[in-house]
Amino acid sequence: MTKKRALLSGVHFMNGDIACAEGALATGCRFFAGYPITPATEIAEHLSRRMPELGGIYIQMEDEIASIAAVIGASYAGLKAMTATSGPGFSLMQENIGLAAMTETPCVIVDIMRGGPSTGQPTLPGQQDVMQAKWGSHGDYATIALSPSSVQEMFNLTIEAFNLAEAYRVPTLLMGDEIVAHMWEKVVVPHASEIKIVNRKKPSVSPGKYGPFVPDDDLVPPMACFGEGYRFHATGLTHDEMGYPRTQSSEVQAKLVKRLCEKISRNEDKIVKVEEVMLEDADVAVVAYGIVARAALSAVRKARETGIKAGLLRLITLWPFPEKPVAKIANQTKAIVVPEMNCGQIVREVQRAAKTTPVSFLSKLGEEPHTPREIFESIRRNA
Amino acid sequence: MVQELPHPFSKYLRSAMMPHIWCSGCGNGIVLNCFVHALDELQLDLDKLVVVSGIGCIGRTAGYTNADSFHTTHGRAIPFATGVKLANPELEVVVISGDGDLFAIGGNHFIHAARRNIGIKVICANNFNYGMTGGQQGPTTPLESITNTTPYGNIEHPFNLVHLAAASGATYVARWTTLHVRRLTQSIKRMLQKEGFCFIEVVSPCPEIFGRQNKMRTGLEMMEWFRRSSVVENFSDPSKAEITSEKIVVGEFVNVTKVSYEKFFHEKLAQINEKAVEW
Repeated sequence: MTKKRALLSGVHFMNGDIACAEGALATGCRFFAGYPITPATEIAEHLSRRMPELGGIYIQMEDEIASIAAVIGASYAGLKAMTATSGPGFSLMQENIGLAAMTETPCVIVDIMRGGPSTGQPTLPGQQDVMQAKWGSHGDYATIALSPSSVQEMFNLTIEAFNLAEAYRVPTLLMGDEIVAHMWEKVVVPHASEIKIVNRKKPSVSPGKYGPFVPDDDLVPPMACFGEGYRFHATGLTHDEMGYPRTQSSEVQAKLVKRLCEKISRNEDKIVKVEEVMLEDADVAVVAYGIVARAALSAVRKARETGIKAGLLRLITLWPFPEKPVAKIANQTKAIVVPEMNCGQIVREVQRAAKTTPVSFLSKLGEEPHTPREIFESIRRNA
Repeated sequence: MVQELPHPFSKYLRSAMMPHIWCSGCGNGIVLNCFVHALDELQLDLDKLVVVSGIGCIGRTAGYTNADSFHTTHGRAIPFATGVKLANPELEVVVISGDGDLFAIGGNHFIHAARRNIGIKVICANNFNYGMTGGQQGPTTPLESITNTTPYGNIEHPFNLVHLAAASGATYVARWTTLHVRRLTQSIKRMLQKEGFCFIEVVSPCPEIFGRQNKMRTGLEMMEWFRRSSVVENFSDPSKAEITSEKIVVGEFVNVTKVSYEKFFHEKLAQINEKAVEW
């Protein structure tokens, strides 16, 4: 047994950044390109040591624009690839997140959210990049975004992010925050047989018959990689199913952009994950995600102790938005409370899905997330 | 009976992408021609070739080449190519793009890829302006030239691309004009056989957009400038390799041996694997 194991099965004490890095290695990621930024730097540091042990590539690029460009290149060359950053770097990456969406590149982008805007609060947590994860690059496209609430989930959801990226040929975003990234907790790394790994579909046709953007029934095209003899072209321009630019065709544009969005929306039921706690008989539901969901869980328990029927809907998937789970709880509760570490982002999606059920927003900005008491008070006001 | 024969070089091009978008008198076709001639002379395996371009007129080259190809966002061809080369060092990765793409919006990527000595080969068609957007001033526009955004004459000093490449650490640096087709072809061949980061600047005519505002209305007039002014000064100091109306210094400026990033990386991997300890 050498240090060169990709999967460190067993019980560990890790921080979230390291757990994320180990999750990536566990799923077969063998390419990381990044640029130092607090609070995501430990992901890069850990992978600069671990990648070479496994024959993988670690490279520090000149900026975040280059980092994601290199990740897209590596993915097209056949490797599972990832980058990690925080708000300012996430902003720089938006250009090529659009390119990854347009060229249907499986890749994972980790954004460890800190306080913004601009340089903001580098060492403190935030949830201010949630809408950017959905709308950050220009044009219409779809991404998948996941929100971990614990160090264990930084490991688990990194694996999940790669699986979704590979299954749907889509850039997948792991939206952590400074606390889940820097907090140290117990992490159980499972055995290989317990980890589900999804790899991109490969073409079943010969090179002469291959169209790189001809979708299957699930709207996802099989993906050849560079050097496999398919000699295909990919471009950020509007392109037909052969990958050739068709910048003057409204028909091709409509078909392509619609498919890029629908390959996610039509598979929403398979993608979306939430955790439901004590919702069966709840009068008040808290909808929360990330580190805030941990405080929300304490608040819900406290409310139950005081006789208020409260429950928690924890969003594990942020995008596509868990429309149906939210609509379901809206039907059975009198009020919904949404605590977020921003000025109100996911709450608007909750309001839209909840229709007539009143939604109360609890904003928190600055050094720490909501206390359980703050959320509890809001539950009590709405009960 | 007339028999239709395929062009001997059509196997290097994607017929589905033709006709190309370039104006008459443009030099991009010559750059592509020299490139495919070099591929042919080397009998390079097209299945192992990846052509990467950024945005701009010459950026369409990736799509025209019958190899794996990728047309990136503006300025990002080099970092994309870096990812490809490191992920699969067996691939020959060639970036063909323009002066604005590689040296304005992509300038930072160029100098760092050269510094790291990533084994990618970069060909820059330098036409002195942004052609595709209709002729604006760019990082290589000569002083006092007229463009759509320098109507009173350009007051920005242009980059000397071969000096920049040499100073950034490229292992092979050359400049030719589109008039030097044989030398350019040989230069591309030499570059494709080298290890590490290599760079060729091709001074290329843009009569429709740049030339017409600068008293060279046709491709022929621009080529006449190249013929009249070009001086071959092989291995001269690249910092003195000027481009003016009187003199265009061309030639090979750098040809050195230096271990590439990917080779260095794999040597390190071997060392790490030897030293692997118990976890």
